[in-house]
Order: sequence, then C-alpha cells, then structure tokens
Amino acid sequence: MSAILTNETKKVLIKPLINENPITLQVLGICSALAVTSQMSTSLIMAIALTSVTACSSASISLIRNHIPSSIRIIVQMTIIASLVIVVDQILKAVAYDISKQLSVFVGLIITNCIVMGRAEAYAMKNPPLESFMDGIGNGLGYSLILVIVAFFRELFGSGKLLGIEIFELTKDGGWYDPNGLMLLPPSAFFIIGMIIWVFRQIKPEQREHVEFQIMPIAHGEGGHH
Amino acid sequence: MEAYISLFVKAVFIENLALSFFLGMCTFLAVSKKISTAMGLGVAVMVVQTITVPANNIIYHSLLKEDALSWLGITGVDLSFLSLLSCIGMIAALVQILEMILDKFFPALYNALGVFLPLITVNCAILGGSLFMIERDYSLGESVTYGVGSGFGWALAITVMAGVREKLKYSDIPGGLQGLGITFLTAGLMSLGFMAFSGIQL
Repeated sequence: MSAILTNETKKVLIKPLINENPITLQVLGICSALAVTSQMSTSLIMAIALTSVTACSSASISLIRNHIPSSIRIIVQMTIIASLVIVVDQILKAVAYDISKQLSVFVGLIITNCIVMGRAEAYAMKNPPLESFMDGIGNGLGYSLILVIVAFFRELFGSGKLLGIEIFELTKDGGWYDPNGLMLLPPSAFFIIGMIIWVFRQIKPEQREHVEFQIMPIAHGEGGHH
Repeated sequence: MEAYISLFVKAVFIENLALSFFLGMCTFLAVSKKISTAMGLGVAVMVVQTITVPANNIIYHSLLKEDALSWLGITGVDLSFLSLLSCIGMIAALVQILEMILDKFFPALYNALGVFLPLITVNCAILGGSLFMIERDYSLGESVTYGVGSGFGWALAITVMAGVREKLKYSDIPGGLQGLGITFLTAGLMSLGFMAFSGIQL
C-alpha cells in the first residue's frame, strides 16, 4: 500500500477533503446531492456511488487521454461517465432495490454531476491513470463528507434516528424528543450547507470569495454603529 | 385539459426543479448574480426543456421501453437500462442542433442565448426533467406540459434569486457567510416560500 501512496497520490487524495472541498469551495456537484440527504442510508449509498463513478471515470479517461481528439472530448467523457453510471444503477437495482427506489432519478443524475465532469476535464485529461484514480477518490470523499454531515443533522433532528436506529426517543413513543419536521423538508438542506460553508470559511478565510462591494466600517462616525 | 393545467402548476410551483429537487444548482448559484443574465439562462433552459422532454418521451416509448420494439416485430426486449445514455445523448445532440439553427437563422437570439447553451448540456435540471418523465410514465401530451412547466419554474426561480442577490451585495454580512453562504440561506428561504404552494389541488 505504501508503494501506491506516493506523495503526489497522497496529496490529491487528501487535499479535496477540507482545503479544496469540491462542494464548499468550488460549488460543484450539489445538484443531485441534496435531495437524498434526508436519511443517512441513502446518502451513504449515493456517496459510494459517486465516489466510485468519479474514480473509475477519471482513471479510464486518463488511460485514453492521448487518443481523444479535443473537439469531441466532451462527448467521449460523457459516454464513459454515462456507461459507468448505468453499471452503478443496475448494480443498485440488483443489490439494494429499496434504496435504489428511494434514490429514484438521482443516481442517473450522477452523469451531470459537475464533480465527475470537472475532474475528468481538469485533472484526468492531463495526468496518468493512478493519480487520476486517486484524485477521483479524493474528490468523491470530499463530496461524501459534506453529504454525510448534512444527512447526520437532517436524520438525527428530523426523525431522531441514525441509519434507522433510534437515538432520541420520540414523544409519540413516550420519549422526550419532538422531531423537527422542517429537517426532513428540502429547505433545511440549504440551511445546513450554508452553515457548513460559513464554518469552513470562518476557519479558513483564504477560501472566501472576492466581494464586489466591501462594506466599510464607519471610522469616526457618531452614530455608535459598533 | 384540467389535468394538464394541474400538472403545469405542480411542475412550476410545488415540484419546482431548482428549489425542491435541487436540480441545476451549480448553474443556479453561479449565474444568478445579475437579473438579465439569469433571465437569459432561464429562457434557454425553458426552450431546451420544452424540446428535450417530449423528444426523450418519443424515444423512450418507441424504442427503449419493454416490448416497445414490437412495431418491428421484435418482442421481449427491454432496453430501458439504456435510457440514461440515450437521454444524455439526445440532450447533447439537441442542444448542438439548436445552437446551429439559432446561429444560422436567428443571430440576434443566438447572441443573447448562445453563451448559455453549452452550459445547458450538463445542467441537471434538463436531464432530471427527462428522467422524471420516464419514472412517472408521462404520455406525450403530459410530457410537453411537464417540459414547459418545469422549465418555466426553473427560470422563475433563478430570476427571483438574481433579484434578491442584486440587493444582497450591498448588505453587511459576516465575513465567512459572504457570497456562497448567504446565497444558500437565501435559496433555503425561497424554497420555504415555494413550499407554501404544496397541497394546492386544481
């Protein structure tokens, strides 16, 4: 294992987790993801599906990178990604039918997930297969991290459970916890991601984006604005 | 007729692709800084959605669905697993054709919408619309209505979002929340607003 984990592969594997997280820094790939985070189980499956598709597509695109004419590269990448997603979709239908029903169209939407396309275009077209594979895994894990955090809060506070196991005893079963129904609705995912981004950028100010209008503090004002 | 109106209202407000299914979020957040650009992209999405959903519907029902090839005398073939590939191929091809037609015959429109068209191929809202159409087994008429409705709903959401963001850039927001963070919170509040429509039956 240590032979595979050279410095370069280690770097591309770990960097996307916090420092260059595809969701919080680059705003990629949130499209198909948020709708599946009302439960831990669905988001774990989604995370695994996306990570494997990203890794495999990056590796295979990187293998043939010198043979793809640049004018049709998008359509070639798209076909490779779509075929991998079909494989994942069929495996899910065969192995975990209930979860695949809950994920409905969102497995198919991995095709248009910007992380997969983005890594293929930005990294795999220029780098050898092994690094690309690791880069795919790293970015997939960065995405999984956010997905699991969001799902953790939504399932825990929305239904008092984690992975279907009861953590907080609900009032309707004689316990103490009154579930927060908002957590199961779509808006809560926006709020939680917004908060995660806030925390990330508070800790790492270099991730903040450039603002067009800097609000200037009133230096010697008399209004007492401080 | 009533069923179609009901489906349209449902697609625009209750099941808004952007705000309740989070589809097309990447472009939704990236291109919603100015109302005029947001509206251009919204119209482009609507046009493409109106064409691709019925087109995919025809492909699915006449080629891919189980026993759909019976008009060729072939039975017992179920190609529906290919629907992902055919949908995305269809979308990419249609967007390309649309771009060429606009460029050739409507240069003014091409100049306004042209820059957004390549973005649309990888917009999840477009693919999502087609996949929902397949999953819910819409007929051709329903798929036209759904295409127009969901495209319009997405356009509406991104235009409203751009309006809010134009005002937001003058407000005093805590450092870490500026930009992306506050945009997410705004989208959440808008999504809450759109949820007020749920339960409406026509």
